[in-house]
Amino acid sequence: MSTAHANLQILTANRLADGAVVYLTPAGTWTTEIGRSVVAREEKAASALLARGQKDAEAAVVVAPYLIAAVQGAGGPRAASLREQIRAAGPSRPVADAVAAAVGLAYP
Amino acid sequence: MPLLKNGALIDDRWRRLADEDPLPGTDAVIVTLARWRADRALAGRGSPLGLALRNSEAVQPLAGEIQSFELVALEFPKFTDGRAYSQARLLRERLGFTGELRATGQVLPDQLLFMQRCGFDAFEIAKGAALEAWRKALASFSVFYQPTGDGRAPVNSLRRVIGSRP
Amino acid sequence: MYRYDELDRTFVAERVAQFRDQVRRRLAGELTEDEFRPLRLMNGLYLQLHAYMLRVAIPYGTLSSRQLRMLAHIARRYDRGFGHFTTRQNIQFNWIKLEEAPDILADLAAVEMHALQTSGNCIRNVTADHWAGVAPDEIEDPRIWSEIIRQWSTLHPEFSFLPRKFKIAVTGSPNDRAAVKVHDIGIRMHRNEAGESGFEIIVGGGLGRTPMIGKTIRDFLPKRHLLSYLEAILRVYNEFGRRDNLFKSRIKILVHEIGAAEMARRVEEEWAQIRGGALDLPIETIAGIAAQFAAPSYAPQPRQVPEIDALRFSESAFAHWLKTNVAAHREPGYAIVTLSLKPEGGPPGDASAAQMDAVADLADAMSFGEIRVSHEQNLLLPHVPRAALPALWRALAALNLATPNAGKITDIICCPGLDYCSLANARSIPVGQRLTQRFNDLARVHDIGDLKIKMSGCINACGHHHVGHIGLLGVDKNGEEFYQITLGGSAESDASLGAILGPAVSSADVVDAVESVVETYLAERRGGERFLDTYRRVGAAPFKERLYAAA
Repeated sequence: MSTAHANLQILTANRLADGAVVYLTPAGTWTTEIGRSVVAREEKAASALLARGQKDAEAAVVVAPYLIAAVQGAGGPRAASLREQIRAAGPSRPVADAVAAAVGLAYP
Repeated sequence: MPLLKNGALIDDRWRRLADEDPLPGTDAVIVTLARWRADRALAGRGSPLGLALRNSEAVQPLAGEIQSFELVALEFPKFTDGRAYSQARLLRERLGFTGELRATGQVLPDQLLFMQRCGFDAFEIAKGAALEAWRKALASFSVFYQPTGDGRAPVNSLRRVIGSRP
Repeated sequence: MYRYDELDRTFVAERVAQFRDQVRRRLAGELTEDEFRPLRLMNGLYLQLHAYMLRVAIPYGTLSSRQLRMLAHIARRYDRGFGHFTTRQNIQFNWIKLEEAPDILADLAAVEMHALQTSGNCIRNVTADHWAGVAPDEIEDPRIWSEIIRQWSTLHPEFSFLPRKFKIAVTGSPNDRAAVKVHDIGIRMHRNEAGESGFEIIVGGGLGRTPMIGKTIRDFLPKRHLLSYLEAILRVYNEFGRRDNLFKSRIKILVHEIGAAEMARRVEEEWAQIRGGALDLPIETIAGIAAQFAAPSYAPQPRQVPEIDALRFSESAFAHWLKTNVAAHREPGYAIVTLSLKPEGGPPGDASAAQMDAVADLADAMSFGEIRVSHEQNLLLPHVPRAALPALWRALAALNLATPNAGKITDIICCPGLDYCSLANARSIPVGQRLTQRFNDLARVHDIGDLKIKMSGCINACGHHHVGHIGLLGVDKNGEEFYQITLGGSAESDASLGAILGPAVSSADVVDAVESVVETYLAERRGGERFLDTYRRVGAAPFKERLYAAA
């Protein structure tokens, strides 16, 4: 693993009103698409992201902002941990498929 | 610190006496339990005396002495620490304390009704607090499921009276 | 079942209005998250992995068809079309918006439901035997007492900010189906020598990080004293429960640290001051609540149902289902039917809105409009005439609710795990799915017999893994999902905590590992021994050997 990727972090939170998982963008807005999030490459930048998140938490826009480790992917940053991958993409495949199948069934 | 009592913000005539400070002449002072235990001079004092209990200090051993106090102040160090609710009920319902029972610490409108039902009648609240939020909080429920010393009839006794249950 | 009166309806409407205002203040920034969090938790609203999760209270696991239809409506209107039934007989919705939560509460209030105190450091949903009122071995319906406790604990002003959460369970039968020995307070009804029924009070049971079996602090408590005694326990806990360490704040730690005898002494000392006072339960009050749980008007039933015998021979799936999912009822000619929410490949404990609506209709047609939720995450129809069993089975089969596995290896208790829960270390649902797929042969499942697998995705043990015959605990080992296996737990009257078998196994190996454990049981068992009996007789060694020998 290249050290150039070792310290990538992105800022995530939940939108206060609807609870959606969101990520801070370069423009300082919040997106549900992790691929569009702004990436901090070292600690100082990461702290700045966190501070921006905390301001939006105080402004009742988001709740519980925190930094997560990221890796660069083809389509933009991705979450490094399984937990944050699931948080970004929804329940894992076998679960999502089974739920969709069950919910999709109508009964006479 | 603004003091909420009887639905209004009033001037607080009490002040806290630090353990190491000398006893003032006639001021209404609130002393800690440690000070009360250590200072014999307090017992004979003619002027109003209040007791500040920490929420780790037991209430029941004070049964024989509680009448020495016109006020007891209890503490919510964080509003999530609910020990003072039990202390309040014991003071009112077990020891028969009839003086001012004051809530201090992190005192918020959403817990006001719980506190009042446990026997608190005075509340040290945050500066700049809107009185409206407090008034609304106290009026948020008219139905109560358990008896406390607050004089309200809980549902079971109401049911017997109004006959909505056998 | 309990029907709200005007007072209850007023209360729940006031509660909705209060919560609506609290949400408004939060969204307007007038309440910080720190101030709001305990308020929303007291209303069962968690900020979870994907969104807000709402846990709706189903008091002692009893639902009317109207209420179940409303849960279906909530799943459809406010969520993604399904709900998850929990190990405390509640239901969880995973995709809730905070701004819609007050409307959801208003919808729930319209059918006499709420989400009060399903989270937070307060007294939680009182759970009870899911066979309450219909079990042949029952002394008295535990829901009478659960309802009395529910009301007493509702917004109790003294006990809303306890050191930690507080869970109470009640059983009215000598065969404990409510796991009373692993609750903060477990209440077991029994008869004394004079033949009077009263309560054994058990304190300090619990799972999680430090699992413990509860200790009896009072052998026999007369019924009228129930609330005053509970108030004494809670007061002692409120005063002495630890608040310095989140992981040591349950009452079980207090009981462990001061000992059961000292706990009993403190409780009895407090109780002596309040017994016979305002919390005394007069006969009329008890009778008023008990009348709400009177049996439905059962109709006389034929002694034989030829259709059952015919169907049993022609459809082996029906024969299996009769054996596993249909239990004897105290009323002749009736049956208690388990609707398995553990189909092959399904997420354990989930039901779709369509299934909920269909079950509500079946309840109206065949169960006096009543449904139960068990802590084993299944639904039940508690009052089914045996004559209706063939038609019910066909209807359930069409709904994928007829898997004949109640109490068997694929009737897995499974927490939501890392797919849904921010506390989890590992996923649990996919493992559950794979287990139901591996053990999908009915004949094999029935040969294996009674076997309770319970799985948790983290040490908080919401899946009750400590009391599984086979327990699985998801752990994180260097970012990989591993599963620790425990054997020999039981949540019943013979309560015991499972023992760790050996090193945790990988996600790839866990299903094989369970198969290995099952193979050992089949090789060792004698006579009609269940898995648990064999394990208790032969110990861990043979299981360890087979599982870890190849490693």
